[in-house]
Amino acid sequence: MPHIAIHQEKASDLQSLTAICPFGAIELADGKLAISAACKMCRLCIKKGGGVFEYVEEENAPAADKSLWRGIAVAAEIEDGNIHPVTFELIGKARELAAKVDYPVYVLMIGHNISDKAKEILEYGADEVFVYDDPAFEHFRIEPYTAAMEDFIERNKPSTVLVGGTSTGRSLAPRAACRFRTGLTADCTKLDISESTDLDQIRPAYGGNIMAHINTPRHRPQFATVRYKIFSIPEKSANPAGKVHICDTASLKLDSKITITSVEPKSLEKGIEDCEVLVVAGRGVKKAEDLDMLRELADLLGGKLASTRALVEAGWIDAKCQIGLSGRTVKPKLIITCGVSGAIQFVAGMNGSEKIIAINSDVYAPIFNVAHIGITGDLYKIIPELISRIKEGK
Amino acid sequence: MNIAVCIKQVPGTSQVEIDPVTGVLKRDGVESKMNPYDLYALETALRFKQEYGATVTAVTMGPPQAKEVIREAFMMGVDNGVILSDRRFGGADVLATSYTISQGLRAAGDFDLIICGKQTTDGDTAQVGAEVAEYLDIPHVTSVCKIHKVTDKSITLDIDTPLSIQTAVVEFPCLITVEKGIFEPRLPSYLLKLATEDREIKVLTLDDMQDKDPSRYGLNGSPTQVKRIFPPENSNTRESWDGTPAELTKKLYNFLNDNKYLQKLR
Repeated sequence: MPHIAIHQEKASDLQSLTAICPFGAIELADGKLAISAACKMCRLCIKKGGGVFEYVEEENAPAADKSLWRGIAVAAEIEDGNIHPVTFELIGKARELAAKVDYPVYVLMIGHNISDKAKEILEYGADEVFVYDDPAFEHFRIEPYTAAMEDFIERNKPSTVLVGGTSTGRSLAPRAACRFRTGLTADCTKLDISESTDLDQIRPAYGGNIMAHINTPRHRPQFATVRYKIFSIPEKSANPAGKVHICDTASLKLDSKITITSVEPKSLEKGIEDCEVLVVAGRGVKKAEDLDMLRELADLLGGKLASTRALVEAGWIDAKCQIGLSGRTVKPKLIITCGVSGAIQFVAGMNGSEKIIAINSDVYAPIFNVAHIGITGDLYKIIPELISRIKEGK
Repeated sequence: MNIAVCIKQVPGTSQVEIDPVTGVLKRDGVESKMNPYDLYALETALRFKQEYGATVTAVTMGPPQAKEVIREAFMMGVDNGVILSDRRFGGADVLATSYTISQGLRAAGDFDLIICGKQTTDGDTAQVGAEVAEYLDIPHVTSVCKIHKVTDKSITLDIDTPLSIQTAVVEFPCLITVEKGIFEPRLPSYLLKLATEDREIKVLTLDDMQDKDPSRYGLNGSPTQVKRIFPPENSNTRESWDGTPAELTKKLYNFLNDNKYLQKLR
């Protein structure tokens, strides 16, 4: 059993030794050091304890025969009959990993009336696509989906299974990983593979303040989930060479204790608070018609146009789109302010944004104090050219 | 109806940093609180208690001091409290944690409904609920945003998916994870605090579990291993760009492309 052994005889200042554990797991019991259940096995005590604590490896731990498990599998995410782009991103990463250890790339597709979509998957470089197409898969329900994934893994024995960190992926991956009594690492931001075919998984912990490097050294398959837009979509191949297998679903146990009785499509009209990307127009915009240009940029980035108070008062844009103390508070992943000076009332409504890019011709504009990227320049010269670059894709 | 709510004690702040030189976690003390997402799970259970007369048991896993969150749950109106605490549970990853909780739930009672929060603020994986359900061999539904009705046999609820709201009927026994905002959580009551001060919290150790095989718990039962921890690259440095409009535009385009803001266009 891997554990932390305590060499009591080497310990002198017991109180200060209890303080080195950030989780408070080192305790004093009857004048002796002990490690409680709060231990997270971060092993900082081994580094900092001056030899009092020692990590003892597990001896002869039972391990999976890794040679029996081959291939990198991607579970396709199908949303409303369409393939979610996270699937292509994962295929791209799977190809990279597979090339290092000479593995095939498999893609698992579960859904109803989806067989014709398999060809699209091949274009991104999958070697084999396994399609489970059945009316039972019309809506995501955990038991039938897990049954299909279990069948796929049993038959193909992939060494690694990558699943999109979407709402269904985050439900299916743990269920399947648990069925195989194996490890799962959620929301990986970096993946690599070692010669031993162990997946090197990097993920943020504690709200992103710490990164953890995680391995699954003795179990197969190794499960990882990855969120959308972490990896890049690979180039499509002109003449895809992969194969599509339509899998038998008749022998699977597809009944469920869950009945979906109605599906109400959400209105996808989002407010500026719900957008991941915002383009903001400020007083540097000269006339109302010029907002179309910024709106076009927002559309191209999959976001929305917002504004400062001045433009709302001028009647150029709806008050729903105003950011600031007297408007909305926003926290998008990316915000691009164009011709915004950065008054304190405005900044209060947006300084929680993850990435702030400010374009302003006035080098002394206060917006540059909060911007992560401050661009000193004329928005009328930059934005139209940026739009045409995005459209041309270069 | 018997309801279990899984709750967890988490660090009071997520503002932990690593000293880049020594590699040591910088954290002031070990202040802790109830995982904020669990308040919504507790509130959901307590609504069922009011409306249908359910018995609510709060279950947590952790060191002995994690009893504090059970006390807090008592102050909100929870009937029973169970803590799964044993040195041999320490160092558990998702699989071992889920196994411990599932064994603890089996030992603690016969539950029709198990409610979990969306995720914790420390582990942040949102996976334990699904694995507990797998070990208990019951269905699970995540992202529950509304409850329509509860009968002896089933629960009717809304599932929040990215493109739609799906209404589902789920047979008992089952496990659900609820979204933040499903109900407004109540505040702890001072009267309940006084009334529950002496209420017993059941402590379950490995010896109380059906499966006493220590190799399935804690670090031994964990397939994943943390190889190392390190500080993230700081991405929020400030920079300013100068140049001709053409240069600036190219740089901006490359930034947007490299950071995948243009990916939807392909």
